Amino acid sequence: MKPPGRINLPGLVTLLAVLLLWEGFSRGSASLQLYFPPVSRILVSLYELMFFRELLGHLLATLGRFAAGYLLAAVLAVFLGIVLGYSRLAYSFSEALIEFLRPMPSVAIIPVAILFLGIADAMMVAVTVYACAWPVLINTIDGVRNIDRTLLHTGRTFGLGRWQALRKIVLPGASPYIVTGLRISLAIALILVTTSEMVVGGSGLGYFILDEERSLQTSNMYAGIFLVALLGYGANRLFVLVEGRVIAWHRRMTAGETV
Amino acid sequence: MKWNSESKLNGLALLVALLPVWEGLSRTELVNPLFFPPMTRILRSFFLLTISGDLPYQILVSLQRALAGYLLAALVCIPLGIVMGLWNQVYRMLELLIEMARPIPPPVIVPVAMLFFGLGDEMKIFVIAFSCAWPVLLNTYDGVRSVDRVLMHTGRTFGLSRGMAITKIVFPAALPQIMTGLRVSLGIMLILVVISEMVGSSDGIGYFVLDSQRRFKVDQMYAGMLSLALTGYALNQLFLLLYNSILAWHKGLTRAS
Amino acid sequence: MHLLEVEALSKSYRQIGGESTLAIGEISFQVEKGEFVSLVGPSGCGKTTLLMCIAGLIPASSGMVKVNGAGISGPPKNLVLVFQEYNRSLFAWRSVLGNVLFGLEVRGKLSREAEDRARHLIGLVGLEGFERHYPWELSGGMQQRVAIARALAYGPEVLLMDEPFGSVDALTRLELEDTLLKLWQELKTTILFVTHDIEEAIYLSDRICLLSRRPSRVVRGIEIRLERPRNQLTTRADRRFVELRNDIYRQISDQAVK
Repeated sequence: MKPPGRINLPGLVTLLAVLLLWEGFSRGSASLQLYFPPVSRILVSLYELMFFRELLGHLLATLGRFAAGYLLAAVLAVFLGIVLGYSRLAYSFSEALIEFLRPMPSVAIIPVAILFLGIADAMMVAVTVYACAWPVLINTIDGVRNIDRTLLHTGRTFGLGRWQALRKIVLPGASPYIVTGLRISLAIALILVTTSEMVVGGSGLGYFILDEERSLQTSNMYAGIFLVALLGYGANRLFVLVEGRVIAWHRRMTAGETV
Repeated sequence: MKWNSESKLNGLALLVALLPVWEGLSRTELVNPLFFPPMTRILRSFFLLTISGDLPYQILVSLQRALAGYLLAALVCIPLGIVMGLWNQVYRMLELLIEMARPIPPPVIVPVAMLFFGLGDEMKIFVIAFSCAWPVLLNTYDGVRSVDRVLMHTGRTFGLSRGMAITKIVFPAALPQIMTGLRVSLGIMLILVVISEMVGSSDGIGYFVLDSQRRFKVDQMYAGMLSLALTGYALNQLFLLLYNSILAWHKGLTRAS
Repeated sequence: MHLLEVEALSKSYRQIGGESTLAIGEISFQVEKGEFVSLVGPSGCGKTTLLMCIAGLIPASSGMVKVNGAGISGPPKNLVLVFQEYNRSLFAWRSVLGNVLFGLEVRGKLSREAEDRARHLIGLVGLEGFERHYPWELSGGMQQRVAIARALAYGPEVLLMDEPFGSVDALTRLELEDTLLKLWQELKTTILFVTHDIEEAIYLSDRICLLSRRPSRVVRGIEIRLERPRNQLTTRADRRFVELRNDIYRQISDQAVK
């Protein structure tokens, strides 16, 4: 991690050089403009599309599916992961199923979801939930299993009930793993949302980008890609922010309680 | 991972027990057989499609594209990652570009690739290479950065030149982490080949599965998914085999410490 | 002409604030061919830095290192450094034999004879039968034996050793000291040895250079005239040994107080 506030000058220069070259070559050659419209034109497109046309709607549609799918997956998978990590019996019954489904690339579930749920929002949310659940589930199971048994026994000798043990030992102990899973799933969620939007069409940034490509509105296409990258970047920053808060809060809480 | 093998029997037993239930529910139309065709029909479809060569063909087509993109990513990103790890200036120069490009969800690269390459193999190879690039690049960079200084000093005290240090020390020492990146990318590779075939293709397993659904050949669709799961599993096992033969020393090392 | 000559070598570091601190201040000493010389000083006196400068791994701020009368720039060909951190300096992906062959491989001298030489050295350090093992399969002491064999296989005129036995247990340490003396006598390699263990230095050396605290200088050269071959029991019990130890100890602790 670089110290905050320090500007990466060589990086900035390279970035500007690339953008300037792009702009220059594009303006210089008409045949190139179809593939690489000038950066300035992309930004203008972005502005116009955002404020005067339908792009904001697409962004909101994608954002909604993304948030719903991701959060639902997180809750479900953490819950399931704790159960499966905690109970050997439950795990042993589901292991074969997990090992069978896991290697299948998650996007292959899209046709099934279309079959069951049609092309509505519910379908896109469902595939997102399915795909995002895996990393969280596997990591949570791992995390719960890796908790030191003596820690649990210690808790037991101090008269901790099941619920308390879960809250004070299992969840904090497994949280580094859970966080890892949640971080992986963040990228996966966006992959699934955009893919399903491209496959079924209608609305969302994935659909928008593909549609603009098909009608050869390439500066609009790049504007859409810029926006979706921004969404991914923003989601990541938000994740880091929330993670920091939660960890700080958690540290304070456990510190207060153990004293 | 250290799952117990004895417990696997339970799960298998449950799966086997569920099959006749599924079969019965579907045959008696208690669940819609359009959505849940009887298991035997799916397996029969899988069997027939395999015999006829349809499924193997589609898988093969997809695998060719997938591996081409994957290898392209590895060939570009491993050297680049090593250069970035050894020369911090290069890393600093590329850092912002990488940070800008990395959050782009790989599926939206499909339209860009279609613009440049049309609907052919090049389009898919490009998309796969783009998506597989990040884990390989960043893991290689990390691996090279964390090569022990003492190890580098050891090389130099034996008169190792800078170039030779890369092949004799940096690369082998970073190899475990490079392999980690390659492993992550292997999963991504399979996802992206399916995506690119769903969005813009007329063959390949991704196209096959989606097309089967669109034509309501549901047993075919499930058969296609089954073959994908098997392919994914086989690729993973193959990779593990490779990993264990190349990095036997690392496995022992981590177990020893 | 001396085999190894350190002339007015100093090394200063720039700190984060921009100020520079002097770690080594004007050190001079010589090592003759076939000699076993130890550098002893209080901890944190820059012994490792000094050795790294002599090995050509980091540049000195001023002064010179000469090998056979010629000044060095970069790691000299006839000089090898053995590190304290054996677990970090061995190549985990190479077998014991592969590690020992490393230096010869770098020189492009991989041959039947090279392998024979490597095997011979592995035998000399007492690891016969472990050629195909990997470093992580061996104990700490055995790993350091591999590192020593690897350095000697390279055929250096001077072997530099940076507290090579600092991270092994006491008994292993005694064994390693005797192995090293045996090798030194057999191969006639010149050894420059860094340690903060006074008894170890006396036991092994012909001569000890006593270093001061930072910025370190040579306080005194001490000839050790104890008979060879030395013996862990009788040598250490010798009256002269005990006197030397007390003498050096007093000097070092005086340094530490100042």
